[in-house]
Amino acid sequence: MIALRVNGELMEVDVPPETPLLWVVREQLALTGTKFGCGAALCGACTVHVDGAPVRSCVTPVSAVSGRAVTTIEGVARAEATGKDTSAIAKAVQDAWVAHGVAQCGYCQPGMVMTAVALLAANPRPADAEIDTAFSGHLCRCGSYQRLRAAVHDAARALDAR
Amino acid sequence: MKRRTFLLAGLGAGGAVLLGWSLLPPRQRLYPSRGIPSADGRIALNGWVAIAPDDTVTAVLPKSEMGQGVHTALAMILAEELDCTLAQVRIAQAPVDAIYHNLVVGRDALPLPPESDGVLRRVVEWYSDKLLREFGVMTTGGSTSIRDCWAPLRDAGAIARATLLEAAARHWQVPVTSCSTHDGVVTCGDRALRYGEIVALGGDLAPARAFTRKAPSTYRVIGTSPPRLDARAKTDGTAIFGIDARPAGLAYAAVTMAPVIGGAPSSFDADAARALPGVREVVALSGANGSARGVAVIANAWPVARRALEALAVQWDAGPNAALSSDAVLDALRAQAREGGGRTFRRDGDADGMLARAAEGTASAAGRVVAAEYEVPFLAHTTMEPPNCTVLAHDDRADVWVGTQVPGQARAAVAQVLGLDPERVTVHVAYLGGGFGRRLEVDFIGQAAEVAAAMRGTPVQVIWSREDDVRHDFYRPACAARLDAALGADGTVLALRACVASQEITRPYGARSGVRLARFDVRKSSVEGLFDQPYAFGALQVTHQLARHAVPVGYWRAVGHSHNAFFLEGFVDELAHAAGIDPVAFRERLLAGNERALAVLRLAAARSGWGSAPGVAADGAPIARGIALHRSFGSIVAQVAEVSLSPSRAIRVHRVTCAVDCGLAINPDGVAQQMESAVVFGLSAALHGEITIVNGRVQQGNFDSYRALRLAEAPEVVTHLVPSGEPPEGVGEAGLPPIAPAVASALFSLTGQRLRRLPLRLAEDA
Repeated sequence: MIALRVNGELMEVDVPPETPLLWVVREQLALTGTKFGCGAALCGACTVHVDGAPVRSCVTPVSAVSGRAVTTIEGVARAEATGKDTSAIAKAVQDAWVAHGVAQCGYCQPGMVMTAVALLAANPRPADAEIDTAFSGHLCRCGSYQRLRAAVHDAARALDAR
Repeated sequence: MKRRTFLLAGLGAGGAVLLGWSLLPPRQRLYPSRGIPSADGRIALNGWVAIAPDDTVTAVLPKSEMGQGVHTALAMILAEELDCTLAQVRIAQAPVDAIYHNLVVGRDALPLPPESDGVLRRVVEWYSDKLLREFGVMTTGGSTSIRDCWAPLRDAGAIARATLLEAAARHWQVPVTSCSTHDGVVTCGDRALRYGEIVALGGDLAPARAFTRKAPSTYRVIGTSPPRLDARAKTDGTAIFGIDARPAGLAYAAVTMAPVIGGAPSSFDADAARALPGVREVVALSGANGSARGVAVIANAWPVARRALEALAVQWDAGPNAALSSDAVLDALRAQAREGGGRTFRRDGDADGMLARAAEGTASAAGRVVAAEYEVPFLAHTTMEPPNCTVLAHDDRADVWVGTQVPGQARAAVAQVLGLDPERVTVHVAYLGGGFGRRLEVDFIGQAAEVAAAMRGTPVQVIWSREDDVRHDFYRPACAARLDAALGADGTVLALRACVASQEITRPYGARSGVRLARFDVRKSSVEGLFDQPYAFGALQVTHQLARHAVPVGYWRAVGHSHNAFFLEGFVDELAHAAGIDPVAFRERLLAGNERALAVLRLAAARSGWGSAPGVAADGAPIARGIALHRSFGSIVAQVAEVSLSPSRAIRVHRVTCAVDCGLAINPDGVAQQMESAVVFGLSAALHGEITIVNGRVQQGNFDSYRALRLAEAPEVVTHLVPSGEPPEGVGEAGLPPIAPAVASALFSLTGQRLRRLPLRLAEDA
């Protein structure tokens, strides 16, 4: 049994320790918002937060996050769910995402949102180059990139204005 | 106007025989053959709209949402004619029924140039509509959704609105003409009934006899850009894709498929895999619906199944394609294109004769010959959601959860594998994590049925790895083209001859997917974008050389346009340069008289600052512009790309100015979204995309070896619409064809190198 804290809840899962966190979240915990895209940390669709930092859950053994705070897309906008409270940032990001019409097929977007939240938590007013770097590990085949960039700036402005 | 259709259809079998089927118009598309599906307290008014007492309006839609925003656009059309608010509208998947068959895919498959507007065209389209209505398929593809639903969905909304008006008038015992609708409410004087209240009255809701569509000048929803209906769910993780299906007791399967195209397992150790903890079953895969042969492992968790594949120690029989190579395929295609000839799709004037005279230089008026050879590689789709399908098989029925562009074909595939009547199979269509043509295929669906057949009573979700996806796709065909033109001294294109060589897509697709009407050898998709463009050449000849190779090929975003626009627009750019005429001015001459195309060209040129100095990039590198124009899926798109080279000579596209005439834009921001999407998808192919095959094996496997555009490489795309009151046209793909030739044109201006092959690679020493 491996002890986990996911979105603020303590739980135990009975899986081999090398099982990637992605599949524990999707299959054992039925939190399907985190997506499988490549299995090799090449696309970012599986991004979750571990202690507030963006992590590719498809290559992270579940044993490596035992005792640490895991946040998924389902928990990122809930204050009680996040180890480091990112709920206000998450709400601003999600509102900006809707306003700019970022999502098309939407499959990669939970991962994008998780990275955006982590970026803005660490860097409240990122420059374009910093946004490029933060999202360098993400892929979107629908090409939502320019709206994503605009939405990150917009969310940063909205948070700044508070 | 549609009443006549219903009356004739209502004559019944005897009447149909009497009049002759061939004289009857295509049958109605409003009322499903099995009655109207009312469910969950919703009262269906026809096959497209149901209303619940709580005032929610359900749009029953046969189109899959794969990112193109079609659910939102179709809901807008319904809300417009029903006269309700968009906020009231929910989306439900339509059942499989012939009223939802896609008619426009039939029309689009006909090899008729758009300018041919004679009796022949109308007769052929009439019969195509009739055939597709009865024997077609429910398809989301070919940029047809709005075009296909435009008439029936407006009628469905308008009839439903008229029905509600009549019901309210009866309730109040007032003339219908004294009642009106607004935002989901019927009013008469100071009395008002919400639509939900009207259906809750339980009175007669038989379809109204008379109805009128709204005048476009009164539209309040169409032409606006509300947020997409799926925007919130796709941002907070609650959107359900096929891979998110979680029926109770779900097991997971991983597959290993023949690494050599057409190969098969010769032996494997099922017992070794079964002995592993968590493994439930091992299944040999026979290659249903065009899928590769191989072996599946079913387990309690997908990573367990995936790891257990190694224990199978599968030995493979390479089969007949052990020597297959994409290099050899391209060599053969080049030779075929150079040879010319093949099936003719367009012959206006005597291009052969004019080119021969120009080559001999026998007449001064014959002009000079310009010739070029172009080519493109095989491409994979790589939808972000890898192929997956969940099947629960019982002895007498089955359920399928899948993201698919063809729910009817999915149902048929599962039914065939399980030996069931299709009526006993229910397909639950989820959001598609990208389609691009990959989910027109049912290979992974038939395969999943085969896996689930071994676990009756237990739902099984088959998930492909990214490597499975890249190596077992139906690829955009590699193509080669040879173009010859006779260019007059004044820059007139006296003759143009194009021959494209490629594998054909449609017939093998029809065979593996069970699409009966695809058996005709039409091959239009191979030459679209060459024979059907708005340019007026002095003489024009377009032919196709059919190639036969073992590489599985399929529909890829923009299909034939994806390569033929690169060939033709690249060549037109060459001709402009050879004639010493500005590429925009050169195209203006070729488009003389085509006001719609000219308006698009001029809008792109004006908004991009064409003719002004293009400036420099932030690092001081010079920028050059390139332009291309293309007509596809009914829409005309012109793009100006602004391109520079990095210090390491990487190609950088800074900005793309995109002008579009897509007829009436239902949702202008949705159109812009699709232009941005298509530019990025097309740039991924233009700059990076290439599938290569050596010894029968696809060499790429994941996003490291099959690259796609990332944020830092993505240009700013600025979209401008030409205002139009013409019927809406397709926009999901039309933005893709011009981007590669526009970038190639800019690269020529920048470097003097004319790149005639994708992906674009500059010579090192230039």
